[in-house]
Amino acid sequence: MSGVEQVARRARELVRGEGVISDRARLRTYECDGLAHYRVVPALVVIPQDAEQLAGVVRACAEHRVPFVARGSGTGLSGGALPHAEGVLVVTSKLREVVEVRPEDQRAVVEPGVINLDVSRAAAPYGYYYAPDPSSQQICSIGGNLAENSGGAHCLKYGFTSHHVIGADFVTPQGDLVRLGGMAPDSPGYDLLGAVVGSEGTLGIATSVTVRLVRLPEEVRTLLVGFASTDAAGAAVSAIIAAGIVPAAIEMMDELAIAAAEEAVQCNYPDGAGAVLVIELDGPAAEVAAEYDAVERLCRENGAFEQRVATDAADRALIWKGRKSAFAAVGRVSPDYIVQDGVIPRTALPEVLAAIAALSESSGIRVANVFHAGDGNLHPLVLFDESVPGQGAAAEELSGAILDLCIAHGGSITGEHGVGVDKAKHMPRMYDDADLDTMQLVRCAFDPDGIANPGKVFPTPRLCGEVPGKHKGAHPLQDSGLAEIF
Amino acid sequence: MPTVVTPASTGDVAEVLRGGHTVVPTGRGTKLTWGMPVEPEVLLDLCAMDRVIDHQPGDLIVHVEAGAPLAAVQEVVGRAGQRLALDETVAGGTIGGVLATNASGPTRMHAGTARDLLIGVTVVRADGVVAKAGGRVVKNVAGYDLGKLMVGSFGTLAVITEAVFRLHPLPDVQRWVTVETDDPHALVQRVIHSQAVPWAVEVDGSTLSVLIGGRPDGVAARVAVVRDLIGGSVSDVAPAWWGRYPWKPGEIGLKVTCAISGLGEVLAAAGPRVRGSAGVGVVYAVADRAEDVHRLREVAARHGGTVVVVDAPDEVKQVVDVWGPVPALDLMRRVKEQFDPERRLSPGRFVGGI
Repeated sequence: MSGVEQVARRARELVRGEGVISDRARLRTYECDGLAHYRVVPALVVIPQDAEQLAGVVRACAEHRVPFVARGSGTGLSGGALPHAEGVLVVTSKLREVVEVRPEDQRAVVEPGVINLDVSRAAAPYGYYYAPDPSSQQICSIGGNLAENSGGAHCLKYGFTSHHVIGADFVTPQGDLVRLGGMAPDSPGYDLLGAVVGSEGTLGIATSVTVRLVRLPEEVRTLLVGFASTDAAGAAVSAIIAAGIVPAAIEMMDELAIAAAEEAVQCNYPDGAGAVLVIELDGPAAEVAAEYDAVERLCRENGAFEQRVATDAADRALIWKGRKSAFAAVGRVSPDYIVQDGVIPRTALPEVLAAIAALSESSGIRVANVFHAGDGNLHPLVLFDESVPGQGAAAEELSGAILDLCIAHGGSITGEHGVGVDKAKHMPRMYDDADLDTMQLVRCAFDPDGIANPGKVFPTPRLCGEVPGKHKGAHPLQDSGLAEIF
Repeated sequence: MPTVVTPASTGDVAEVLRGGHTVVPTGRGTKLTWGMPVEPEVLLDLCAMDRVIDHQPGDLIVHVEAGAPLAAVQEVVGRAGQRLALDETVAGGTIGGVLATNASGPTRMHAGTARDLLIGVTVVRADGVVAKAGGRVVKNVAGYDLGKLMVGSFGTLAVITEAVFRLHPLPDVQRWVTVETDDPHALVQRVIHSQAVPWAVEVDGSTLSVLIGGRPDGVAARVAVVRDLIGGSVSDVAPAWWGRYPWKPGEIGLKVTCAISGLGEVLAAAGPRVRGSAGVGVVYAVADRAEDVHRLREVAARHGGTVVVVDAPDEVKQVVDVWGPVPALDLMRRVKEQFDPERRLSPGRFVGGI
């Protein structure tokens, strides 16, 4: 009996009913995540109903050294939840209970399959919410957010998942259930939780997550500001930051992105704008009022030709509609597109945008720019038509060249979408061998057999050395088909 | 007595580590007595590595060497109206020392702790290999966040030689609302659930002080909200005890954490000499006797918290569990085993004898 078959048998004992899938046709449902051009059919899908079942499945994988991949809602954009052909896909979508909301402690405890927005919904009656807001927050899960260290438009002021997850029950790839962090801050010992958040499922799977809740702001004001060019809009952003103001969000869209959004959702953004900013201020009413006056003036001084402000939820939704629909909207103006995710120091914005425009010009591939301008997180949308010979490759090349620009300016190849399978090959351009080797020391401590989400994040797996009493015969990486030559 | 070595560069540190000795890294030595006592062959004094390598005001980042005193970094970034949002809880400490011990003060409520501000780090491993993680941008999810693992690791995983931090703007105005109370817990709950957005809620015995910072108009309105809730007097200077530990050298100093709802019981159990970040559930206390540690640990544990003996005479450390129970200790040992298999970096100083 193969390893996977043994895991399947164990999984059927643990998980009753429909929770174990080995039928080829049904396995296909899970062949990709949000990055749909990578597809692998897993050998087995297990959908546990509680933490114990989940831990049992991982233990079985550990025992038989079968690779496993965790999947939440499958919305990731870097192929982090791409299945392994000889491995098990562990789906957390049935672990969907908000275990407790503790407003007096400003905490909530949730299962990993809980939808991001549902945490805020559960906390809202107490005047609280969960701050990280990836744009997929209506469907993405907290477990996935933890794995990817998800950001969102409002992380400029409130930080990322790693600032808001303060505890987790966690199954290691060796099948041990450990508690990391907890209700109180600063657990003694190494900050293993800090290492686990953003590790893209390569260190194990969370079975319970404790998050910090944030007081709902007293007031929110959202501005929509039209500029003639991205340079002018960028100058306004710099002026706002230089004035010591940290808005909840500052988003920018360029002309092509605006046009696409306009066509898709008729968001009615300022006519003739070469760029728009969506700026959101939140907090105590008096603070917001003071910041609003300053932001309005700084935008005007930097060439804003139109400013609109929304103070109620309906008007706010209207302003955000264009921005939030941008990715899908480019699908209307282009048959195919790549969503890129890179980061640059904010001050490099004009230079990098000019360089992207030059690349676009010379390759004939259009690029629409949508980004979190406050923290320099670019989301260039590279538009192409797969049916035109050579365009797919040209778009791929341009998309990669944008990452090179980010690295050249001291930035990052990913700000929030993760490395996954998509960008593992770019890692050596950002980090040298010693850097990657050192990161993988952590991997070896958690997962000496290399069975947790293998092939993601790192371009080449590190050999972890012998673990006394565990290895027999061939190296486990060889056994599991992950590596052939040592 | 250890040999003191004073490297001038990351390369020098690597050369020292390749020498195969047991090593304790240090800056100004202000927290060198923290953790379990260690007698290394080499005391690696990073004070000569004290440069502010780069400050980019427009990007709100600063890149420093680990031996740079926190105060010196504040002076440099302060000229641009910015600050590194870390507190100098012990006068004279360096960046490396703050990172290694994860020392925090009142600012943590508003800006988080060192782990939240560190965006890039350069370390030298026990085997002399130089590695970096993170970078120079705030938003970055490429690869493992080794910086977080280094923060609070007490020099047991690698030697931190350089760090990149995100900065915050200096507030226009800061006001402290201070009140005497026999029920700090109730007042803390009132303030943290209000719309005042306090930047810090600190306790010192029976005194509670709330920091409000920001723009003048906003601060005035928020101060009014706080005064409505708890009363008290307003000052534009911090109380004298603000951001300092309550103990004197030679005393038993504790760090006590709890879920915020457990604060009342924890404060009661901690005795009169207690001070710290009540608003986030982290306070510091002075224990009269070693036995007090155990008793307080039971109370904190009931509220999801812990007690760590931050500083104490060596003879006290011999009879009391300095770090207390640590979940996931096996996993921590495996991490240590990977980074420092020969146990040459600060051996025995950290949790579980790591």
